[in-house]
Amino acid sequence: MINQGKKRDVWTTITLGILIIYGLVLIYPLFILFKESFVSGDRGTFSLEHFYKFFEKKYYYGALFNSLKVTVAVTISTVILATPLAYIMTTFKIKGKLFLQILILISSMAPPFIGAYSWILLMGRNGVVTNFMKDIFHINTPDIYGFTGILLVLTLQLTPLVYMYLMGALKGVDSSLLEAAESMGYTGINKMLRVVLPLIVPTLLAGSLLVFMRALADFGTPMLIGEGFKTMPVLIFNEFISEMGGDDGFAAAISVIVVVLALFVFLVQKYISNRKSFSMNALRPIKAKQEKGFKNVLAHIYVYGFIGLAILPQVYVIYTAFLKTSGRIFVKGYSLDSFRVAFDRAGDALVNTFTLGLIALFFVVLIAILIGYVTVRRRNILTNGLDIMSMVPYIVPGSVLGIALLLGFNNKPLMLSGTATIIIIAFVIRRLPYTIRSSAAIIHQINPSIEEASASLGASNLKTFFKVTLPMMLPGVISGAILSWVTIISELSTSILLYTAHTKTMTISIYTEVIRGNYGIAAALATILIFITIISLLIFFKLTGRKEVSL
Amino acid sequence: MSIAIHFTDVIKKYGDTTVIPGLSLKIKKGEFFTLLGPSGCGKTTLLRMVAGFNSIEGGEIHFDDKVVNELAPQHRNIGMVFQNYAIFPHMTVKQNVAFGLKNKKLPKDEIEKRVDDILEVVQISQFKDTLPENLSGGQQQRIALARAIVIEPDVLLMDEPLSNLDAKLRVEMREAIKSIQRKVGITTIYVTHDQEEAMAVSDRIAVMKSGEIQQVGTPKEIYQRPENIFVASFIGRTNVLERQINRREDGSYRLHMDPSYHVSIKDIVWSKETNQETMMAKLSVRPEEFIIDDDESGMEGTILTSSFLGMNTHYLVELGDGEHVEIIQESILGDYLPAGTLVKLRIKKEKINVFDHNTERTMLGGRSK
Repeated sequence: MINQGKKRDVWTTITLGILIIYGLVLIYPLFILFKESFVSGDRGTFSLEHFYKFFEKKYYYGALFNSLKVTVAVTISTVILATPLAYIMTTFKIKGKLFLQILILISSMAPPFIGAYSWILLMGRNGVVTNFMKDIFHINTPDIYGFTGILLVLTLQLTPLVYMYLMGALKGVDSSLLEAAESMGYTGINKMLRVVLPLIVPTLLAGSLLVFMRALADFGTPMLIGEGFKTMPVLIFNEFISEMGGDDGFAAAISVIVVVLALFVFLVQKYISNRKSFSMNALRPIKAKQEKGFKNVLAHIYVYGFIGLAILPQVYVIYTAFLKTSGRIFVKGYSLDSFRVAFDRAGDALVNTFTLGLIALFFVVLIAILIGYVTVRRRNILTNGLDIMSMVPYIVPGSVLGIALLLGFNNKPLMLSGTATIIIIAFVIRRLPYTIRSSAAIIHQINPSIEEASASLGASNLKTFFKVTLPMMLPGVISGAILSWVTIISELSTSILLYTAHTKTMTISIYTEVIRGNYGIAAALATILIFITIISLLIFFKLTGRKEVSL
Repeated sequence: MSIAIHFTDVIKKYGDTTVIPGLSLKIKKGEFFTLLGPSGCGKTTLLRMVAGFNSIEGGEIHFDDKVVNELAPQHRNIGMVFQNYAIFPHMTVKQNVAFGLKNKKLPKDEIEKRVDDILEVVQISQFKDTLPENLSGGQQQRIALARAIVIEPDVLLMDEPLSNLDAKLRVEMREAIKSIQRKVGITTIYVTHDQEEAMAVSDRIAVMKSGEIQQVGTPKEIYQRPENIFVASFIGRTNVLERQINRREDGSYRLHMDPSYHVSIKDIVWSKETNQETMMAKLSVRPEEFIIDDDESGMEGTILTSSFLGMNTHYLVELGDGEHVEIIQESILGDYLPAGTLVKLRIKKEKINVFDHNTERTMLGGRSK
């Protein structure tokens, strides 16, 4: 590491600059949100009335319990489903593995509410499966609305996340560890539970934290499929947007409660995982083995069964996009009408998605590279502060961030609400924690002596960065950017609060069409979005030569 | 243009840990100087202080008359060769070598010429437009060397440059490095833990331990006349024996090797504080400084193991009091001595080194070094 005593270099200036920007667009709005939650709506003085109101009525605090119930259930079921999935994919030879891995990734990348909406089409009150079962077998299928539906949709959506984390960890397990276990008599399920599982516990913890945060923050799914089962993000949205004039202070107070909950879980997870962390590096990673007979069949059934279920909603949405519609209902026959109307009605949204998304992507990549660099190469108090600050959005749900931005930038001179800028800011802030992590990982792989070599040859710090470090980072940065792009275009929970007629994006259009019951148009738009996602991912695979993704 | 480097009371601290407690050293202009020591002895730390990558917590480092303590690495005019080569993987061989010259804003044809010349010197001209990932370790190290010296630095710094190469290539490359350094005549500081490599390339060597210099000298001096027990045992192999030494009236000294075998030596500096006629000393006897004889006088011993290694034969011998010593003899045509053979051992008394038992510093003086 280059250490030049107490002297400042250009990176100190860059660090300070980014810190100021973060302070302005993230810390300031969150502070305003915090302040609002403690201010009485009528008198404008300090008061706890919003918090009293929340904990007084079951209607409100029930949402907190609902959120907890859903989040914990989703986290547990993703872990239970993803662990065998990753274990089988690593140790068994599975037919069509490459294709399956791409499918898993695609199923996790589309916005969850598309999954919710598709499950309604399939198993809802008037769903295809529901009707089929009722007409042919006279069986009533279980109710998909409420808790069950949210659990189903989010579990299928988020299991791939844990799966991808685990695949990374299993790559670090040396096959000699398994061989050693076998030589001592641990085989089959015993080997998995006693040897493999303890090795991947730290990764499981990290993965489940991510799932917890995503499930807690998800807005679209409970909104569509939750019906009476209200969760916190839904409550926040309703209170804020409420037709009878939203209550800013109350929405702010609910937001604070969610953030406190998220922060608590985050800290507990950090505490546990710090005590359990160790690093692994496999010289000889585990090789997939061709298994025979019953075991092999079972493994295939599990893998294909899960992936089939996970990808089903998207396949069905694409299918319905090509159905003929009459008004709001699907009729017999196929047509491209839905697409025609979709382009007509939501052409702007398509354009907006690309412009806003690409501008946001530019800033995400730029800032992530700079922060990644200073946090790895220039460790000091300032960069540590930056590191922590950039992780804040990780625990702040999208809808909370949306409200904070609206409250913070509702007045002059920083009148940003209703502009494209505020949406871009939201996209950038929400995506940055992930992209920073990946760009820091890239920098970790570059030996510092390469930069020292450049300095010893007389190059200035900035020149070293642009001529040596950045070109070496570029392949990793580009693949990271594609993943960021895919997540940015599927963002809903913040943009739903911030959009106006001029800044409507694809996800918002899909959502509003679903709410209005225009299923054909929604399906067509969702299909377009899914294809953009798939094409982006294919470019990613092509570019990196990889078959997996680490988030 | 080459320079002399002076270290005066240089201190390096990491937080509260002092790594180098105060080190002074003079490196002459144009010299090939090696910092040698076990890992963790502070040699790389010191080198990086010269380069400017490590801060200096006390004392001064001079390049000729200029103090460089606060100078950024960019402005020190150094050439550095790293352990892992640190070749820019996204640039061709030529671009790598030209990188420093472009920084100096030299005219294009001048850069072209100097790059061509240096590639000729390090013998990798044929790979000029290749990307480094396609080259072997030895070739990459040649690029690194060319890149460092093409800018005509005041000093060339090399941090274990050969440790990632295989044994054969290492020998080949160290010859190349030595001859290129001689040709260019640049002051060079070379860091290694491999003493054979250090001996092969250096004009002078500083042996370091725990951030302190134990001895500075030519390869011959540090091998044949080590200053202390650490240097004697770190450089090459040696047997350390504790023996009584006594002063005799004629001014010579007697080493009691064995109840029946005494050796008389001269040029011992007798500690002034002790009035005693007899004291304990530590002897360093290298394996090749023993003579095995079966009939004449000598220490009695029994051969425990013998290994024929081609040019030499190695013996492990147990002495009368249970001590084990290693002995190397040039192999002979006949049978070598089998385990169990009783032997008499004599020592080459001109070659052995005698150290004070307490300070472990040499007691030899006056004799030509």
